[in-house]
Amino acid sequence: MSLLKVTIDNKTIEVEPGTTILQAARMIGPDVAPPAMCYYTKLKTSGGYCRTCLVKVSKGSEKDPRPMPKLVASCRTTVMDGMEVENFTSPEVVDARNGVVEFLLLNHPLDCPICDQAGECHLQDLSYENGKSKTRNEFERRTFEKIDIGDKIQLHMTRCILCYRCVKVADQFTPERVHGVINRGEVSEISTYIQHAVDNDFSGNMIDVCPVGALTDKTFRFKSRVWFLKPVDAHRNCDKCSGKTVLWKYGQEIYRITGRKDQWGEVEEFICNTCRFDKKAPSDWTEEGPRKLSRHSVISQGHYGTKTKFVASPVTLPNKQLS
Amino acid sequence: MKPLSNRSVVVSDKKFTLAEGSYLPAVIKGLGITMSHFFKRPATVKYPEQQREFSEVYRGKHVLKRDENGAERCTACGLCAVSCPAEAITMVSDERKKGEEHLYREEKYAAIYEINMLRCIFCGLCEEACPKQAIFLTKEIAPANYEREDFIYGKDKLVEGVEPMKRIDISKRQDR
Repeated sequence: MSLLKVTIDNKTIEVEPGTTILQAARMIGPDVAPPAMCYYTKLKTSGGYCRTCLVKVSKGSEKDPRPMPKLVASCRTTVMDGMEVENFTSPEVVDARNGVVEFLLLNHPLDCPICDQAGECHLQDLSYENGKSKTRNEFERRTFEKIDIGDKIQLHMTRCILCYRCVKVADQFTPERVHGVINRGEVSEISTYIQHAVDNDFSGNMIDVCPVGALTDKTFRFKSRVWFLKPVDAHRNCDKCSGKTVLWKYGQEIYRITGRKDQWGEVEEFICNTCRFDKKAPSDWTEEGPRKLSRHSVISQGHYGTKTKFVASPVTLPNKQLS
Repeated sequence: MKPLSNRSVVVSDKKFTLAEGSYLPAVIKGLGITMSHFFKRPATVKYPEQQREFSEVYRGKHVLKRDENGAERCTACGLCAVSCPAEAITMVSDERKKGEEHLYREEKYAAIYEINMLRCIFCGLCEEACPKQAIFLTKEIAPANYEREDFIYGKDKLVEGVEPMKRIDISKRQDR
């Protein structure tokens, strides 16, 4: 089958049929890729909930050049030959996205100073780029009690934006369904249904896929802030998963372990709970070296280069008592 | 070359005259300048007894504020430490237990909060970064000390007292 030509923000690329606009935009690069809160490449049927990836299709295809009547969710819309898409170049899209962010923040508490996700939170980044500094909501935000999902994962339902990613993880990695969304509309919440513990080997991945701080690692709870830690690529021989992880270290101590995330914030390979929660001794891991970070990321703050350019030659001090 | 200011003097190595060679006119002129200062306002103050007026927004020793109920405002979010250009601030956070609501405002608090006053440059970026209005710089001067360890100020020196008398007024800094 022939490749389809699609133009996003005046940049053209040829992609396979069946590719979504979001995937095509990511192939072009981060300059044109719309942000996504719920879509996750490695989770089937994800996407279509959060509406942050809205784009404007100004030309439907070569055969039918009419524009699409409304903004479309780029994660769920496949490309057509000759399609022209506007993302950041369209003021309509930017305006709509600002509105979406305002909706996402309606019920999201601004407790970033307390939240363990702060510094690597997608909603924080998104609202920094698109959000208003004040809310127009005059009503109380919805609140929930904290729930323990198993003994290692904590659910802050108050922070949840209902992206369904964790539900897809539970659905697609566990044999029986124990975790889902209950209730509807404004009162819906993710739940293990009567606190039924998720004790699957891969349940910890719901922490990694959560774009906000709704699902957090209890073994890392309030231990440190992510920007004080140094991420180091490491691996170990694991019989359940690939064993390729990132160690978040403070000095020699390992504070937490996560999967490796690519430039879109998606985990490259899901890791098992043993690697994530139980192997916190430095001797368990073979380190590969510090993780590459964007220079503008808050996590790279205070991490000066690893190479020492100048090493002072040892100086022999004269025999003098200093004290 | 054009001089940068009109105060420059062209140096020459001409021989002194007899009067100049005796140095007396120059000595008398110098003494005159010294004597004239007896009648001028002194440039210094007699420090411990006498103190200069401080600016309303003088940046001195830090204070960790409590809220109106006496609970500590700091949640150990780490933004002061990350904004600190001198890397003077360190902290360890802890989770608030049941029954400690009157001590700490939020569910997380700073178990250890230390500022190294030898590193601190009193730039005020920490209070600028604080999202909880917990840290402020006060008019107080961080005093001199003998030991290096004594310059590392922990919560015992930074947190203000609970009693109304011991509260430190920072309203002037908030009004800016």
